[in-house]
Amino acid sequence: MASSANTSVNHPYIPSTDSERAEMLEVIGVDSLDGLLGDIPIEHRHPKLDIDAGLSEQELSTVFGSIAAENASSSSGYISFLGAGSYSHYIPSTVRSILQRGEFVTAYTPYQPEAAQGTLQVGFEFQTIICQLTGMEVANAGMYDGPTAFAEACLMAARVTKRTKIGVLSTADRRLPDTLLAYSKYQGIEIVEISTDATEIPDDLACIGIQSPNFFGEIEDIERLTNLAHENGALSVVHVNPTALGMFKAPGEFDVDIVTAEGQPLGVPMAFGGPYVGLFACKKAHIRQMPGRIIGRTTDTKGRAGYVLTLQTREQHIRRERATSNICTSTQLIGLMVTVYTATLGKQGIKDLASLCYQKAHYAASEINGLAGFSVESLGSGGTFFHEFVVTCPESVSKINAALLDKKIIGGLDISDRLDNGMLVCVTETSSKADIDKFVQALSQIGASA
Amino acid sequence: MTISAHAGDIDRRLLMDRSVTGRKAFTLPDSDVPEQNLPDSSFLRDDVELPEVSQLEVIRYFSVLSQLNFSIDTNFYPLGSCTMKYNPKINDELSNLPGLADIHPLQPDETVQGAIRLLKNLQDDLGEITGLPGVSLAPLAGAQGEYAGLLIARAYHNARNDSVRTVAIIPDSAHGTNPASAAMAGLDVVTVRSDDQGNVDVVNLRELANENTAVFMLTIPSTLGLFEPNILELTKIIHDVGGLVYADGANLNALLGLVKLGDLGVDICHSNLHKTFSTPHGGGGPGSGPVMVTDELAKFLPKPVAEKTDDGYVLATPEMSVGSINGFHGSFSIAVRAYAYIKALGLEGLQSVSENAIISANYIQAKLRDKYDLAADRYCMHETVLSAARQKKRGVAGLDIAKRLLDFGIHAPTMYFPMIVDEALMVEPTESESKETLDHFIAVMRQIDDEVDSAPELVHEAPHDLPVTRLDEATAARKPVLRWTAD
Repeated sequence: MASSANTSVNHPYIPSTDSERAEMLEVIGVDSLDGLLGDIPIEHRHPKLDIDAGLSEQELSTVFGSIAAENASSSSGYISFLGAGSYSHYIPSTVRSILQRGEFVTAYTPYQPEAAQGTLQVGFEFQTIICQLTGMEVANAGMYDGPTAFAEACLMAARVTKRTKIGVLSTADRRLPDTLLAYSKYQGIEIVEISTDATEIPDDLACIGIQSPNFFGEIEDIERLTNLAHENGALSVVHVNPTALGMFKAPGEFDVDIVTAEGQPLGVPMAFGGPYVGLFACKKAHIRQMPGRIIGRTTDTKGRAGYVLTLQTREQHIRRERATSNICTSTQLIGLMVTVYTATLGKQGIKDLASLCYQKAHYAASEINGLAGFSVESLGSGGTFFHEFVVTCPESVSKINAALLDKKIIGGLDISDRLDNGMLVCVTETSSKADIDKFVQALSQIGASA
Repeated sequence: MTISAHAGDIDRRLLMDRSVTGRKAFTLPDSDVPEQNLPDSSFLRDDVELPEVSQLEVIRYFSVLSQLNFSIDTNFYPLGSCTMKYNPKINDELSNLPGLADIHPLQPDETVQGAIRLLKNLQDDLGEITGLPGVSLAPLAGAQGEYAGLLIARAYHNARNDSVRTVAIIPDSAHGTNPASAAMAGLDVVTVRSDDQGNVDVVNLRELANENTAVFMLTIPSTLGLFEPNILELTKIIHDVGGLVYADGANLNALLGLVKLGDLGVDICHSNLHKTFSTPHGGGGPGSGPVMVTDELAKFLPKPVAEKTDDGYVLATPEMSVGSINGFHGSFSIAVRAYAYIKALGLEGLQSVSENAIISANYIQAKLRDKYDLAADRYCMHETVLSAARQKKRGVAGLDIAKRLLDFGIHAPTMYFPMIVDEALMVEPTESESKETLDHFIAVMRQIDDEVDSAPELVHEAPHDLPVTRLDEATAARKPVLRWTAD
């Protein structure tokens, strides 16, 4: 490929013109770009690349419009009952509006705090809100997503207790131990499954990892399991759904040591799985073992309050191979979305939202439970669920979901790997009664012909 | 930078301090289903202490806070190694299309064919650009991409019953995530020296490479902004002892269309989509750190990998995958933006990106070298590492110069990194900036050098015109205040 820099293509994203390039090359003292590339082995320079020619912005819009149109979503008339770690919620206009602020969107990690007080103060608000929601003493500024936050929490428990065996409750989403496994497999960590009704645990556990509501939507007995952990010198790590915290007791009330969550339900689009934000909170005693960015309040030379990244000696850019985590770029912007979302909902809104989800899900469960051949199962410790529940179906969920799809309904998650003919159904405030009734009626018809 | 004339006087009270009982910013709809029984009250909590503010206050509060930030949209941001280029607005718009933003990660493949096709096409483009055709978009940031790459290296050796390989060789100029990721992957870190030209010391590497070497992690171009002239020799040394070569692609912005990493003997690399491929940094993420490997290593990639089959596009798990390194399929809406960027630039545009990034960095270097020392006295790639050693002798540190730049509305370069350079100031202008902007930066840097002698207090006490002056980081760490409290 010919590539004389003096004739480099001009593009809206690249301001330099041919004459400016020539002028700069002259200052540098070379004739062309190749004069600067002497260190690149000549036989490998300017390889042939099979990449299409560039598109105008208008063409780009058309191409992406057609890609988007190939997907089934609410905008193309589908209703969905999928949850299992990613949830459909209404996102208030305030979130989208603030997310348009280029000053937030196009800033870097706030290494120069004087030039990043906006990002830093938002992060401090985020940490505050996560503490208020979870009832915990301290929170960090966010992890990649829920499962990585959970994995890092378990590894932190191992550091705190100096133990290497990690217990995960059998009712947890398998994404949690799976991610933990990928994070820990070369660190001498053993992962063991703990039954939800266990009354004894190994005496060398670093922690019990509890998901509540669990994968099946049910509230676990956090208090009992946390006491059991503590009696055995282990920590308790609880992975919550933040929407449920508008209604159900906060883990902080049960002396839990570390709380993690998928932050996506708090104002973040499902976006086919990411980017999301992992929430991470713990007891103050453990902050120096916490992974991730932490923002602290301080004062400037004139005595005014300001915010900085703090406790950085835990982090990889200082501590290198002895850091608490390798995390660097994280999810500050998603944290902003969570912060604006929770500030918008406020004290009353978060309660109302949790209540709406609970009411609609319970209505759907009772209607489905009344259908011949379908029954709502209790798989957790108490049988109390929030906005997800398990249905046993009269035939395979894959067949039922295929039939539902013909009616533009995306059914619940097929969990037949965990329960025969099991479907995990999620209902949030975005489903109207009419949507639920349509789903129930469709199930009824499919069930009758099974 | 858009700060009001009295930036120091703005109302910075926190949300909880603005909260007034009964105020609200949002209303939920009434329930439209028959009332359901609540669980036993022992399950239920009292109020959640969230702020009570009006909708306008939400908008105004966050809008005003945003104005306290430097950003690419408002400032020149020559932060080395971070590739602060323009983030095209169309990419944000496209990622928010309902058919892309509102799809659930567990939808059946047949309902998300467009999404999976997009991922497949991006995989193919990244494989082509790097010359490493096996691609997984799962990693959520550069550090996860590194970690995934190391898991792949370990899985490869283990699959050959070659499990004694427990050493990662890493240059002394490497980014901190390299050793941190290596430690997570259970590898012992051995440091290879840089020579006096800023290159990896070939003799030292030859001494260190042996039958225990699992992987050699090399940033290309290096954190000194230099391309390793001995690259083919380095990769051969590692391959000769049976190790793999991992390239940290943080600096890939220098190489688009100029050279393929796979052609140089690299086996594994990652790329930061939030650097080279223009996705917004967001004040510290979200990012995306795809991992690219040779055909031979593709079976170890983290899941999922998008594939095209006779029945359409699917998300597949490679045969000997290292598993799930996060919850779902990676940063999808970041992938959308990166793909839009590649489509907008096309082949010639991508080449032009690197060409202009390299010319701009060398131009700055040429114009400042009489005033500032260079970490290496030779042509650089997309960034130049200056040293404020001369200024330090005259009483002003690199930190002071960095802070003084802020007064001119220019973000500081990366400071004190790489650690092997005294008083390092790492400058990466990117291809996005015009010659006028570069000339302004050069003029400011020269003026600050003058101020070192003519007005040193101006530099020592900078910044002067920002919302805050220098902050007491020591107290912040010693007595951490990490959240609002009522008192």
